Amino acid sequence: MSSILLETRTDFEALLMGNDAISRGALEAGVNVITGYPGTPSSEIVEQLAKVAKDRRLYVEWSVNEKVALEVAAAGSYAGLKSMCVMKQVGVNVAADSLLHIAEYGTRGSLVLVSCEDPGALSSTNEGDSRPYAKMMEFPLLEPGDFQEAKDMTRWAFELSEDLCNVVMLRSVTRLSHASGNVVMGELPASDPGAVFEFNETPMDQMKGPVLAFPTLIDPLRRRQLEKLSKAEAAFEESVFNTYAGPEKPDLLLITSSVCQLYAKEALTILDLKDRVGLLKLGTTWPLPPKFLGKHLKNCDKVFIVEEGTPFLEDNIKALAAENASQVGIKTFFGRKCGTLPPVNELNPDLLVNAISRILDIGFQPSSDEYNEIASKIMAVGAPSRELTFCPGCPHRASFWLINSALKLDHRSGFLCGDIGCYSLGAGPCGFSTIKILQAMGSGMGMASGFGKLDKFGMTQPVMAVCGDSTFFHAVIPALVNAVHNCSDMVLVVLDNSGTAMTGFQPHPGSSFGASGIKLPQVDIEKLCMALGIRVEVKDPFELKGTQETLLSLLEDKGNPRVLILKQPCALSPIKKAKKSYDMSINEKLCLADRCGCNKLCTRIFKCPGLIWHTENKKVRIDEVLCTGCGVCADICPTGAIIAEKVR
Amino acid sequence: MEKILRRDPYNLIIAGVGGQGNVLASRVVGDMMIHQGYKVTIGETFGASQRGGSVMSHLRISTQNGFSPQMPRAKAHMVVALEPMEAIRVLTAYGNFNVKVLCNTRRIQSVGAICGDQIYPELKQMIKWIESLSEDARFFDTTKQALNLGNPIFGNIMAVGALSATGDLPMSLDVFENVIKTKIPAGKVETNLKAYKIGKDLIKNYKKLD
Repeated sequence: MSSILLETRTDFEALLMGNDAISRGALEAGVNVITGYPGTPSSEIVEQLAKVAKDRRLYVEWSVNEKVALEVAAAGSYAGLKSMCVMKQVGVNVAADSLLHIAEYGTRGSLVLVSCEDPGALSSTNEGDSRPYAKMMEFPLLEPGDFQEAKDMTRWAFELSEDLCNVVMLRSVTRLSHASGNVVMGELPASDPGAVFEFNETPMDQMKGPVLAFPTLIDPLRRRQLEKLSKAEAAFEESVFNTYAGPEKPDLLLITSSVCQLYAKEALTILDLKDRVGLLKLGTTWPLPPKFLGKHLKNCDKVFIVEEGTPFLEDNIKALAAENASQVGIKTFFGRKCGTLPPVNELNPDLLVNAISRILDIGFQPSSDEYNEIASKIMAVGAPSRELTFCPGCPHRASFWLINSALKLDHRSGFLCGDIGCYSLGAGPCGFSTIKILQAMGSGMGMASGFGKLDKFGMTQPVMAVCGDSTFFHAVIPALVNAVHNCSDMVLVVLDNSGTAMTGFQPHPGSSFGASGIKLPQVDIEKLCMALGIRVEVKDPFELKGTQETLLSLLEDKGNPRVLILKQPCALSPIKKAKKSYDMSINEKLCLADRCGCNKLCTRIFKCPGLIWHTENKKVRIDEVLCTGCGVCADICPTGAIIAEKVR
Repeated sequence: MEKILRRDPYNLIIAGVGGQGNVLASRVVGDMMIHQGYKVTIGETFGASQRGGSVMSHLRISTQNGFSPQMPRAKAHMVVALEPMEAIRVLTAYGNFNVKVLCNTRRIQSVGAICGDQIYPELKQMIKWIESLSEDARFFDTTKQALNLGNPIFGNIMAVGALSATGDLPMSLDVFENVIKTKIPAGKVETNLKAYKIGKDLIKNYKKLD
């Protein structure tokens, strides 16, 4: 089971996930320093590189958050090393302040920023599009269009960064990062660089001066930065990653980037329009290559722009066409803004088939009416959607059961501010709809800090916040410090499940090991909170009774923030996997079913997927395939019909 | 290299519920095809939660690159379902009167059904629906067989074995063995080979369920 990333046969063809292709591209470029913070769909890149850290002499780090990750990677660059920093779209917001300054000064060794984004919010709380940062902060942006390009363009991004002496951003999307395709391997270089930070020349000596964003230097720094952007534009005019396929004078010019180019190809094949529609694929989406675009814009009056995210290409190409109207003529544009494509959500080949047939006024029938009729009848009753839920044996189910019960028993309309992780589902039925505010990483604690100060305006509701262990380190610490300093009246519950669980158990500063498995010192959440001089309790969420009492007493306390750490490893965690604490069974004599009065508390309210309500004999039963033996449901059943027997 | 694809691209969907090993199954099939010189694109759709949500993999197997990781609607040639309700979900979007189905009959209740908000349909009814949405549908309880091997997860590899027996794709036991060795620890290879063979025999000796 050696890593495919270490394959030494060049021209070897393998099935690589987009993220693995990016990792391989970085290795082929000779990357030295890799940092990131986990986030779907980006996490595999750092994870897989960590596995080959020893073989390839890499420094790989899961950083505390994306801002620090970028700074650690930039340190590598300033010491002359090839560095890469990886995150999901929201991470770029966290890193943005540092990014602005790094891009303004420039880099030494190459620095590639990889943002893997999630159009359609398949695993996000937003559809953030980071591409505008490239325009706003004036650095080049690349968007690979398939798996081979994911590898080749990553490699090229390092060369470009080194050549321009500035950060280069590579943007992927879920359907590339998490999809797989054929990739032909290139060479893995030998690399044995030394690291030194030079600072003895003048500040404008980019390679050997001090790195200073000093007010009086900003004018020359920005001029230097814009020169780099012009150099990038010239390189992009010649790039092999910008392609055109189709007739010389097409009826429609379709301009696209990223994985959308595959949707476009598929749509044109389905509609058999390859000789009528021109397909212009851009791999370099900022700065745009004006000559390359102008050449093709000139040949067609109708332009259809297809991209994932906000109308970034659309706006920029429209501006470019307006600037060059005297040469390219007046165009009619189609895209997300005019409603040809939906303004939100991810795209797919069917949406393009539909849009192109409308623009060119072609009748198209994708599937048989008869089949659709049968399918829609069956769909209505045959396949109810599977609501997102906590896994069987998930400690969060128990934690939200406790928080929800405590807030109800407390009777003062208390509420919970949520945060980002699996436990975001605490806003839904599986978490008993306990979370009432859910936005960004760390913002639950920040808002609780605010709500906890509103008593002077007559607010009497108890305020709680919840965060995971990884999120605690990522963004909650400053907000908690704020709450302590400002005496905010609130309770923070840290759901400590021993790792960054949602994205696949990446370590964080509370873990005893780092990205590549080496032993590292642990930062103790409890001690850190105690150092703030506030009340801190540590409990096991599976011990319902004792924990409930503690939680109620924390709610009753007043004045300063209080912290409850609920410690129980994730049910899927490598340290726990497949180990049952209890053998669960049902004593059918004790289950009173409809006569109980509990109204199916176990399955209707607690609804762990490991419990099944038997509709015929009207009793609960254990699903032996799914149950993980956490034992919590035994404490919830009022008649004691669910039996938990300790596994010896 | 022998090119024997019944369709090009051959559009295969593997569907199931999170935790059933759907993703590994699709990677194994994909790697088996690449080992024989084909071009493969796999698109995976899974929800935010690791378990209990609908999961599906779209496989586009061809002699050429450049297919979308999201399959266009109504274009599936084969649906391998690790769970019957997921077979229905996939067929209603990607099915057609010529699609074939291999379906595990072991039902995984949705949370909505567990708490009484939804009705999870009866198996007999589901089989009828699946048959009406396909040209040829075959059903088997791979979960039961997998439990005999010690873990329900082996149902995924049994499904891959079952797919190999249809003859739609070039899938030999040797190629499977080469691929699975690169994917899992050495100690588990033997059981996976067993699972593959069991799946293959389920189709070879297939008798229609009553």
